[in-house]
Amino acid sequence: MEGERLKPLPCSVKRLMLSIDGAILDFKQLDLLANGDSSLHRLDPRAKVLATLIFIISVVSFGKYELSALLSFFIFPAVLIGIANLPAGFILRKAILVLPFAFVVGLFNPVLDRAPLVTVGTMVISGGIVSWIAIMAKAMLTVTAALILVAITGFPAICRALEQMGTPQAFVIQLMFLYRYIFVLTEEAGRTSRARQLRACGKKGLGIASYGSMIGHLLLRTWQRAERVHMAMIARGFDGEFHTRQLARFGMAEAVFLIGWGVLFVTFRLYNLPQLLGGLITGILS
Amino acid sequence: MSHHIVEVKNLRHTYPDGTVALKDISFRITHGESVGIIGANGAGKSTLLLHLNGYLTPTSGTIRIGDFPLTKGTLPEIRRTVGMVFQDPDDQLFMPTVFEDVAFGPLNLGFTAGDAEQCVMAALARVDATHLKDKPPYHLSGGEKKRVAIATVLSMSPDILVMDEPTNGLDPFARRQLMGLMREFQHTRIITSHDLDMVVELCSRVIVLKDGEVRADGLSRDIFGDHELLAECRLEKPLSMQGCPVCSGRVPVFTPDDSDHHHHHDHPHDHHHSHHHKH
Repeated sequence: MEGERLKPLPCSVKRLMLSIDGAILDFKQLDLLANGDSSLHRLDPRAKVLATLIFIISVVSFGKYELSALLSFFIFPAVLIGIANLPAGFILRKAILVLPFAFVVGLFNPVLDRAPLVTVGTMVISGGIVSWIAIMAKAMLTVTAALILVAITGFPAICRALEQMGTPQAFVIQLMFLYRYIFVLTEEAGRTSRARQLRACGKKGLGIASYGSMIGHLLLRTWQRAERVHMAMIARGFDGEFHTRQLARFGMAEAVFLIGWGVLFVTFRLYNLPQLLGGLITGILS
Repeated sequence: MSHHIVEVKNLRHTYPDGTVALKDISFRITHGESVGIIGANGAGKSTLLLHLNGYLTPTSGTIRIGDFPLTKGTLPEIRRTVGMVFQDPDDQLFMPTVFEDVAFGPLNLGFTAGDAEQCVMAALARVDATHLKDKPPYHLSGGEKKRVAIATVLSMSPDILVMDEPTNGLDPFARRQLMGLMREFQHTRIITSHDLDMVVELCSRVIVLKDGEVRADGLSRDIFGDHELLAECRLEKPLSMQGCPVCSGRVPVFTPDDSDHHHHHDHPHDHHHSHHHKH
């Protein structure tokens, strides 16, 4: 009887609990990185947001076969991680999480696009394979850049930068509230799902119905919380206008950072540096 | 200083679904008083609190805060005067950082950035939370959250502090810390709680609600001495007023079987149980 009751939790339960709690922890860890004090952390968020934006646009605007030109772009995340002293392994692990999606997106390229593109020795590489790898490289680059942006800036500061650059306040406030309450909501969801799992006695299939009412309850609770938050805002004189502190300090350091990277990205975009370099070396050798 | 007065007359509130939450509430709280509002679950405490800063409007009856009757026109002034600390600090702390949260009120009042910063730092210093100013609320402990939530209200320099279950969910240390803080405030204080020990320590006067009505209103020590009244309102004497738990027989004295073991317990007075006489 005793043994029956103390049966260890089935794996699936543990995995679910870990995944929800783990997700919150990772979130918080990324957020904590933004408290660092490197020269990059101190830059005005706008410079970092704009530089990242130029980076992402340059990367995604490449044609589907241009793989070699993408390589030079890896210098941006590498340099930022180095200067800001970020845990490279942590950032990479987070970025790799999205890789499966890119993997699936390009999965059929090698099958559909068999035209030979490159010949390395005797091996012929089809266009499909090149474009498949290019998709994954682009995904890695853009996601890593976005994660690094959050890690050296912090989400609230990014929101503020967006607002200063002219994003409508309503959107910015939405983003800010989303970020503030996602922690509260995930914790609540975690507790609810734990309570469900512990009473499911290890069975997997309690049916979609129990999830339905669970999500319904979460929605209702979120609704009630929204009402209480609104109450608290009204109690402190909220009248529809959101006043935030403006700390504008776009100085020399920001200009250098933004223009430097901007010029580099455009150059990378227009000239295929790895190819030029390769041509140069083979030219010298011959 | 008449602006610290809270006067409620024949307040009645019916929720849209027909529930009568408050039947007939009248009381007057004067400058600098510290008043506990207690009662069973569903007695109407929360509904009453939400009237004090105009979040709910009375179905009938009047409320006066200081020199103003509570009306639509006086609402902004009254919301500055009455600082409301909600039960769940997660509801109260909605801005990205502690600093911005404490600055939210002053900025809404139209303070300049410089003035607001002064208010914020003064309020944070008051609750011993200056070191937390750049932290996001979800990185704070329960006690820290509660103290910051109070600072968000203090920064608007209210005359009246209204607190809903301030000690809820705090560990004993954080609870003591908070009580020490609340004792120092010069404001008129209105506190609802089920933590009757906190109420008896911090409030000289207690208002007992029962089924939407004021059942009793008087000195804490009189009300907490009235067994029948407390039982009728689903309350009890604060533990600190219940006398020694061993003498009253609520906690048995631990008597070890082996008689060579000396048992000491830290009661200042002697409990005359058999094992004392064995030696």
